[in-house]
Amino acid sequence: MAQTQVPVAPHGGSPAPHPPQAWKWYDYFTFNIDHKVIGIQYLVFSFFAYLVGGLMAVALRTELLTPDPDFIDPTLYNAFLTNHGTIMIFFWVVPAAIGGFGNYLVPLMIGARDMAFPRLNALAFWLNPPAAALLVASFFYGGAQSGWTAYPPLSLITAKTAQSMWVLAIVLVGTSSILGALNFIVTLLKMRVPSQRWDQLPLFCWAMFATSALALVSTPVLAVGLGLLLFDLNFGTSFFKPDAGGNVIIYQHLFWFYSHPAVYLMILPIFGIMSEVIPVHARKPIFGYKAIAYSSLAICLVGLFVWVHHMFTSGTPPWMRMFFTVSTLIVAVPTGVKIFGWVATLWGGKIRYTSAMLFAVGLLAMFVLGGISGVTLGTAPVDIHVHDTYYVVAHFHYVLFGGSVFGLFAGIYHWFPKITGRMVNEPLGKLHFVMTFIGANLTFLPMHELGLQGMPRRVALYDPQFVDLNRLCTYGAYLLALSTVPFMINMVWSWIAGPKASGNPWNALTLEWTTASPPLIENWEVLPVVTHGPYDYGMLDYTNGRPYTEPAEQEA
Amino acid sequence: MQGATEPTEMLLAPLEAESATDGHGEAAHEDLRVLGLLVFLVSESLMFGGLFATYLILRSEAGRWPPEGTEVELLLPTINTLILVSSSWVINKGNQAIKRDDLGGFRLWFGLTALMGAIFLAGQVYEYRTLGYGLTTNIFANCFYLMTGFHGLHVFIGLLLILGVLWRSGRPGHYGAAHHTGPEMAEIYWHFVDVIWVVLFSLIYLLSLLNGAS
Repeated sequence: MAQTQVPVAPHGGSPAPHPPQAWKWYDYFTFNIDHKVIGIQYLVFSFFAYLVGGLMAVALRTELLTPDPDFIDPTLYNAFLTNHGTIMIFFWVVPAAIGGFGNYLVPLMIGARDMAFPRLNALAFWLNPPAAALLVASFFYGGAQSGWTAYPPLSLITAKTAQSMWVLAIVLVGTSSILGALNFIVTLLKMRVPSQRWDQLPLFCWAMFATSALALVSTPVLAVGLGLLLFDLNFGTSFFKPDAGGNVIIYQHLFWFYSHPAVYLMILPIFGIMSEVIPVHARKPIFGYKAIAYSSLAICLVGLFVWVHHMFTSGTPPWMRMFFTVSTLIVAVPTGVKIFGWVATLWGGKIRYTSAMLFAVGLLAMFVLGGISGVTLGTAPVDIHVHDTYYVVAHFHYVLFGGSVFGLFAGIYHWFPKITGRMVNEPLGKLHFVMTFIGANLTFLPMHELGLQGMPRRVALYDPQFVDLNRLCTYGAYLLALSTVPFMINMVWSWIAGPKASGNPWNALTLEWTTASPPLIENWEVLPVVTHGPYDYGMLDYTNGRPYTEPAEQEA
Repeated sequence: MQGATEPTEMLLAPLEAESATDGHGEAAHEDLRVLGLLVFLVSESLMFGGLFATYLILRSEAGRWPPEGTEVELLLPTINTLILVSSSWVINKGNQAIKRDDLGGFRLWFGLTALMGAIFLAGQVYEYRTLGYGLTTNIFANCFYLMTGFHGLHVFIGLLLILGVLWRSGRPGHYGAAHHTGPEMAEIYWHFVDVIWVVLFSLIYLLSLLNGAS
């Protein structure tokens, strides 16, 4: 490179000779290209989306306190249930896990100063706020009514303007997702610090690689489905209008070709967070590093061939049911490998029951339940029986709330000292965990029974025989809503006035802990040199006979 | 490959301005833009893949495809195909020229490619205007206009990339034997657009021919 150094310029204007020493608060509201700023932007943005989606859930559950639709208008109920799902998936879990933790941690974990394409990265984030604005605006047109799946013909005949805005919003976040994915893939392939071998790559990075590959190939197919839907809605085409030669099943294929892998997009980074949090707080090397790393890739690959298990009741031919039942059961195996690896890591460890660890262990409990109901649902005969009942709702809330959201909280408590330079308040964190754990089980466990008894999902009005269990769910939902209060107090208070954190408060071995808390603007004065594996807890450095966790000079 | 400092530079900026060094005297990381583009094109292929799959399913379910009274034209699209496919060869000549530091040759071949792309687009617009059916006529017309239109949009973007590269080549020393990432990326994108067209042409035009004969 012949030119002079072109440092990160916060406003894209004339480059300053050196970046500032630290970002100011207003830098977080600009087109900043520092991966750490972008990561925080994603995390904070998505958390606000979580609050909005959560309030919608509270309204839905309040409606379901009684069998009659008496709290909110059924049309508004439909709009809330559609946007609750949409927001929680596309504006909370995906941006928080991939955009937030991925952007913040991947460069720090591989010894890079930034992502491969910082400007593209900032662009990917800034596609999200307009998408959120579109969703908000869609409520002025009644809000999309057809659920987060937007199946035609329902999506073609209800609230067309709002549905079109919904489509545009999802296409925007989808584009953001593709741009982010290509950035992660190139970064992980090419930007690792030279001393880091592939088998020294933290498992979170392996998970992000698998996630990105999956997002890269599946998201464009969703874009096609939504694009065709948009044309059907606005420009008189009839791709999904059976009366004019169209076919609604094609939409379902296009949609689920993305949206089944999307559940792995939402859980693989969380699995990565688990693989980081558990060894650090159990003070043991991770059990089966390679098995966990490769199982991410296996999930990515097999996860592309299971989508029809969402369509067992869509007139799917028997051979397809058979094929996709088998592939669905196979995809549970690599997940089981990971669970086994984490349990085996905990076994005999010196476990520190920090808030992060509690959420990680809570995830194990919740996700195993969600996994078991997932295996039953993946089996065509059972699925045909409970399809579109609350059993399905119970299942995906166990994996998405009990899995993804627990994992996000574990990650937030674990990396909060690194991100802010201050420690969290542990008693408040534990209170948050207890409320969340009880609340989640109270809300979602009775839904299994409701579903088996035959209560359909997505309805504001239900048979009075289901009222007792529904009450229980609603009280659980209120507890969940309350549980965010100690969390928010903790975050704000600790960020302002928590005790200062050292560079490595957990005594962890991955590279992000080798820099200051919060990290310098370009991450390190001098790039670190990798001399040991990321999880060598309790192992001795043969050069000086001391454990790796005792800070040595080469990792200053 | 300077950073994007002028508005006119913004065309390639999101990808092209990324080769910044850091402020610590380390060697800047290698230029990753070509790899980034290739990864992006994987994603783009899947988008066309989704469209093609949709088309094939709809076709397999229709009784007659294209339906009675909807005929595809063949002569003009075939000429268009020849133009677009040969432009891939032309743009490659341009890239070879810049690798030899032959700026004049580079401009000539890239200009020629841009011209061929423009002719292709004009031919497509002419075809749209002379066909007897519009976007909403029937399900075949839906597919026809959406697929060719979406591909045409890609040709248009490729054309903009080529023109952008030509614009930038006006600056002394901007491209040369050592700096030709911009032209290389434009070429890769152009090849991609070509390959997609060959598949699309086979699916829409050649398959319809097969159907009409039977």
